[in-house]
Amino acid sequence: MTALREYPLNHPVGDFIRGLLPSPWSAIANGALAVALMCGLVTVAAIGLIWLERKVCAHFQARLGPTRVGPFGLLQPIADAIKLLMKENIRPRTVDGLAYFLAPLLPITGSFLVLAVMPFDHDIQAMDLPAGVVYVVAVSGLGILGILIGGWGSNNKYSMLGSMRSGAQLFSYELSMVLCMLLVVMASGTASLREIVLSQQGMVWDWWIIKMPGAGLLAFLLFMISSTAELNRGPLDLSEAESELTGGFHTEYTGISFSMFFLAEFVNMFASAGLGATFFLGGFLAPQFGFAPLDNALFAIPGVLWFFAKVLGLIFLYMWFRWTFPRLRIDHLLSLEWKFLLPVSMANLLLGATLVTFKLMIP
Amino acid sequence: MGNGMQAGMAGASDALHAEQGRPGSESFRLPPGFTLRETRADGSQEYFLNMGPQHPSTHGVLKLVVRLDGETVIEVVPHLGFIHRAIEKMGENETFVQYIHLTDRMDYLSSHINNLCVCMAIEKAMGIGVPERGEYIRVMVSELQRIQSHLLWWGAFGMDMGAVSAFLYGFKEREKITALFEELCGARLTMNYFRPGGSNADVPADFLPRIKEVLEDLKFSLDEFEVLLTKNPIIRERTVGVGALSKDRAISYGCSGPVGRASGVDFDVRKHDPYSVYDRFTFDVPLGKNGDCYDRYMVRMQEMRESIRILEQAMAGFPEGQYRSKEKPNYKVPAGSYYANVETARGLYATYMVSDNSFKPYRIKSRSPNLSNLAAIGEMARGGKIADLVAVLSTLDLIIPDIDR
Repeated sequence: MTALREYPLNHPVGDFIRGLLPSPWSAIANGALAVALMCGLVTVAAIGLIWLERKVCAHFQARLGPTRVGPFGLLQPIADAIKLLMKENIRPRTVDGLAYFLAPLLPITGSFLVLAVMPFDHDIQAMDLPAGVVYVVAVSGLGILGILIGGWGSNNKYSMLGSMRSGAQLFSYELSMVLCMLLVVMASGTASLREIVLSQQGMVWDWWIIKMPGAGLLAFLLFMISSTAELNRGPLDLSEAESELTGGFHTEYTGISFSMFFLAEFVNMFASAGLGATFFLGGFLAPQFGFAPLDNALFAIPGVLWFFAKVLGLIFLYMWFRWTFPRLRIDHLLSLEWKFLLPVSMANLLLGATLVTFKLMIP
Repeated sequence: MGNGMQAGMAGASDALHAEQGRPGSESFRLPPGFTLRETRADGSQEYFLNMGPQHPSTHGVLKLVVRLDGETVIEVVPHLGFIHRAIEKMGENETFVQYIHLTDRMDYLSSHINNLCVCMAIEKAMGIGVPERGEYIRVMVSELQRIQSHLLWWGAFGMDMGAVSAFLYGFKEREKITALFEELCGARLTMNYFRPGGSNADVPADFLPRIKEVLEDLKFSLDEFEVLLTKNPIIRERTVGVGALSKDRAISYGCSGPVGRASGVDFDVRKHDPYSVYDRFTFDVPLGKNGDCYDRYMVRMQEMRESIRILEQAMAGFPEGQYRSKEKPNYKVPAGSYYANVETARGLYATYMVSDNSFKPYRIKSRSPNLSNLAAIGEMARGGKIADLVAVLSTLDLIIPDIDR
């Protein structure tokens, strides 16, 4: 357990700036650098994800996806972004001005804040909070708030239905997601994301998904299901539910304000997959199999690349879900959470507690 | 100028609001035929939702006014007429043969079969016979049309259920049949291929091998479709027991086609009033028991396999010879009334023609299956959720231009 640390932990760039500037200024400069880096990284990641989603979706649907703009259509998201920015931002006359304006800003803020504690590598992390998990859960609630306010403020029945659905859905699914995170917090004995990653050092079977026999894998599956619900992505995209509610909570949003919701979905997906990788798949740690030449080769690959590889793997899973499954109905969705996922994750937490108490881990 | 115009428009819009009134105000008016319950003790109230005419799952310009209690549907009232083109009236100003192509624009996914119905009515009137090969072409093309219509429905059903990829899979298979039609008659949607006494042209030389190829692919994809949606627990949960329609109610609404058969109404024109050469082929009429969305789904899935059976038999016995008995640009139909009915992909389609001994019909009436099927939606969707309404709408497989005509 460490107190609030000055960023970056021991990154050479941070040390260089600390050597260059006196104490308060170096902290400010480093902080500004971290924020700028994070914003840049997230924007690039989101643009990459939009491209990836279009390509993955296309190949699932036996299509090619974008091919015209840039090589392999790589510049398509940029063209999309320009189109969205150029569009007229239509504000219906009967909306609640403040709520309508505020709503698109909250989800994107929430997902950026989650990324602030995300350990991309040993020394690439904007801030390592000792209660990182609590912080993550707290700020990710901003997204729910944005959807609720947006749906309510739009003064549209489809939007209202969408936001009411998402209210019920997101609050419910957050429970089982938090319980899954709690299992790892309990097993690793820390709530700092960096420490959680470091607690998985060693072989591949030291990752929490394998190390806790049964409980880890189950928790990972539950985490993937409930985070899909948290992300508002198919098959659990009830607050958007295109075929029922036309656009759900963002029916009345156009242009830049719509693209904020859109961007938030992708940044959220990145953050969620990042959490999954951090909690269960050893975050930035390279997989080690106990076979020296292979291990050395794998270890030589920088941690940040491992982190991105794991994140992209999970994101591919999210996309796979979305482009395969049909959508659940709202009452089935809620009974799935309250009658199945929540009891199972509770039981799983108990199982995990037993494993931790009696040290029944895979050595 | 600009400001003035804006102010003027805003004024008009305000006046509109004032006229309609807002809920709670004295001037508030409900759509005709509706009553809104009193506000309950806890302050909650029912409300209306306009689904359509622009809505992703009405698949066209259908408007449903839905009375909702939260997410629960209490009443559904369909509003029709957004795509009314007066096709029957237009038919009075066309010759009998010219009217054939207008029926393409009704149920555009069964355009061959619609054309066939008109041709059959004219043949009855004129006493024209159809050569053997012509009859076989009619059956084969009709069954291909049925399959491609069901494939599109399957894709659209998947999309309505949230499985967007299914839409593309359905379209991918349908595309092969559409390409076949394109080679057959030059059109992909509005065919205008059948003529009194046979068809417009003979089939291309590689027609049979290509059908064979398509059917082989289709059998494989149908098995895949079953894995993707039929066996999917989410689909089962969302369709089993949802939107049930009893046999009696189905009969009294006049539901036909897969909708009627899913409710257990054993009626298929091909079987019970055989036209063309349908009586020469062995095929089953799939029936459902409960009349819920799942049964409607299953009936259509099985119908595709039955159509494949018919096609295989027709291919085996496909005769040589003439495809059309005698070409004639126009028919002077003797005075009287003539009726023909066919089984389209959606049910019983019928044409009733009255002629006053001229080249143009005096009056034409089409019986479209979709209108009767749509009538049952209120009963099917009542008590369900909005998502169930979408499932019901999707399994009704409506073609709106066929309803409005």
